[in-house]
Amino acid sequence: MSGHSSYEPKTAIERWLDTRLPIIRFSADLLDFPTPRNLNYWYTFGGILTFCLAVQIVTGIVLAMHYDPSGAGAFNSVEQHIMRDVNYGWLIRGIHANGASMFFLAVYLHILRGIYYGSFKAPREVLWLLGCVIYVLMMATAFMGYVLPWGQMSFWGAKVITNLLGAFPIVGNAITALLWGGFSVDSPTLNRFFSLHYLLPFVIAAVVGLHIWALHVPGNNNPTGVNVKSKADTVAFHPYYTVKDGFAVSVFMILFAVFVFFLPDALSKVDNAVPANPLVTPAHIVPEWYLLPFYAILRAIPDKLMGVLALGGALAMLFILPWLDTSKVRSMRYRPTARIYFFIWIVAALALGWCGSQEPDGQVIQGLHGPTFIDYDINSVTWLSRIAALYYFAYFLLITPLLAFFETPRPVPDSLYTPVLSHPAATPAGAVAAPETKG
Amino acid sequence: MARALGIAAALVGALLTAGAIGGPALAASSQLEPMAVHWSFESPFAMYDQAQLQRGYKVYREVCAACHSMSMVAFRNLGDKGGPFWNPKYPNPNENPVVKAIAADYQIADIDSDTGEAIKRPGTSADYFPNPFANPVAARAANGGALPPDMSLLVKAREGGPAYIYSIVTGDLTTAPHGLTVPAGKYYDPYMAGDMSPYWKGDPNKIPVGGFIAMPPPLTAGKVTFDDGTPSTLAQEAKDVAAFLEWAADPKMEERKQVGTAAMIFLLLFSGLLYLTYRGVWRNVGH
Repeated sequence: MSGHSSYEPKTAIERWLDTRLPIIRFSADLLDFPTPRNLNYWYTFGGILTFCLAVQIVTGIVLAMHYDPSGAGAFNSVEQHIMRDVNYGWLIRGIHANGASMFFLAVYLHILRGIYYGSFKAPREVLWLLGCVIYVLMMATAFMGYVLPWGQMSFWGAKVITNLLGAFPIVGNAITALLWGGFSVDSPTLNRFFSLHYLLPFVIAAVVGLHIWALHVPGNNNPTGVNVKSKADTVAFHPYYTVKDGFAVSVFMILFAVFVFFLPDALSKVDNAVPANPLVTPAHIVPEWYLLPFYAILRAIPDKLMGVLALGGALAMLFILPWLDTSKVRSMRYRPTARIYFFIWIVAALALGWCGSQEPDGQVIQGLHGPTFIDYDINSVTWLSRIAALYYFAYFLLITPLLAFFETPRPVPDSLYTPVLSHPAATPAGAVAAPETKG
Repeated sequence: MARALGIAAALVGALLTAGAIGGPALAASSQLEPMAVHWSFESPFAMYDQAQLQRGYKVYREVCAACHSMSMVAFRNLGDKGGPFWNPKYPNPNENPVVKAIAADYQIADIDSDTGEAIKRPGTSADYFPNPFANPVAARAANGGALPPDMSLLVKAREGGPAYIYSIVTGDLTTAPHGLTVPAGKYYDPYMAGDMSPYWKGDPNKIPVGGFIAMPPPLTAGKVTFDDGTPSTLAQEAKDVAAFLEWAADPKMEERKQVGTAAMIFLLLFSGLLYLTYRGVWRNVGH
């Protein structure tokens, strides 16, 4: 990693190892890594996500010991064997299934934090791109994992999503057949999804390694967006951020535990408690909540291929964001106008999520009929999706590049530490200050 | 800490949004919301009412089991912790005399271990509840073309859970709205999902909600005689069998809530200690 190493081998064994495989130096440098002292709780989601990945891998490995990846056996191996007969199987499965939602909740807040504080801007573009790669891998992994219990929603979700690939001209059907392992979603599909679902988390872990490496070259961004200028701006990662991240992980686990122990089925669909049946289509096929905004974008477009491209484009926006944002000011803390557009973008994304969960012709305002335009009533979920999707894309392609030319940013502090020094809580070292203004 | 609270609020808000997104998704289809019923197992720390589970089992066995399978439940499960016949004297449910007696009452298909011929033998606690029909085709043939769903996970597979079961079995299915043509062998039920417009002859703006169900009203007052002397009203029978089906779908609920309570206490204390550690470590560091 970058920076000067302060590690001094103290024993003969350490000196011997240090000239051969400096693994102790490597670990010591990670712990000593100079980290901006003003990181707030939004910066704890990196640690929370590492925790989520570890939890998913460990519970997943145990589940795989009891799971039967065949069309005939999958549903019973989960609902009968794991949930009823395996010791604490209900707990392991509950953690793994709800863990996916927790993982996405954390990754969304991590991404939003990155956008808000401008963490994608130079020199952190590669760090950002690797994060985007992890996010896409997470979506693929979660989608394939959702298929494994082989309930109705597993099966029909797999059918709808894999069918999308058929929209591509010439190669589409060949890719779909390859993915299905046949001419429809069936046991071979489940087999290959299981194989890939086991593989991808380790790919994610590898990209996380690169992500952390790319973080350690320029170092952390911080809420002011101002570069670290001297050692006084930083503290060692350990113990300062290990303890802060540790506290955040623990609080996150409380929320996690509420779902695992008291609301284990709150985030899943009732149809998935029915075994997969290719002859009975569920009334309403919906993906998991974390994929709903993309599902809404897909359905907003009347043409299937264009819909698939729009879905891909929505993700591509994140990848190219570092080259779309023209503002010299990193953090939106000093960009009041950008902040408003950003919060509207969050509302648009939430609206898309809601739209994705509804019937396309459902009414947004109940009981109000409007004129029909491009296949749908103006007061329909589809039209709300279209408007929200338009804003979603406009935010990236128009607002973000152009805003810097019109907005007047607030003055940016000279150092990331100045605003905290003038902060009332920081002046007398922890004595009179109100505790709730710290942190 | 204010910012930490802000983040906690954001976390909860995001999940509430997720819940709200997940929730009304099925409200679009037209049926009545299940009736509001109070259950012993509703609150985060509440457990099953064992006497109710025993009554519910009797309703299941004497009424539902005639058509509905429950393939994921074994006789031994009845004597598991949290189950209808759990008895602390028999931590191994296979030794529970009530469970053994129930199992022995059933005839289970097997093969003769000497000749390989198909035979029937008395059930053991390790056997699963036998299917009332040889296969799904036979089940449909005996039920006017409709397949009685397996009951192992039925509560989890329906919006509303046990309240839905209660509403379906107590609903008055004999009087369909005037103007609705009910197909032969079907019953109108406002709690079923469905689309009544093809069968409706009345005002097109007043299409009744609900759907058709192939199951005749299964329960009547006094149909099952409860061993504990509880009056067998229709509502009582329906409530008890719904509670039993909840147990069948979620047999580990009691263990889950007990472990969960301990986990929450631990996590709250642990978070408190970590917070104090955090404050201690950062005490003299401006940030």
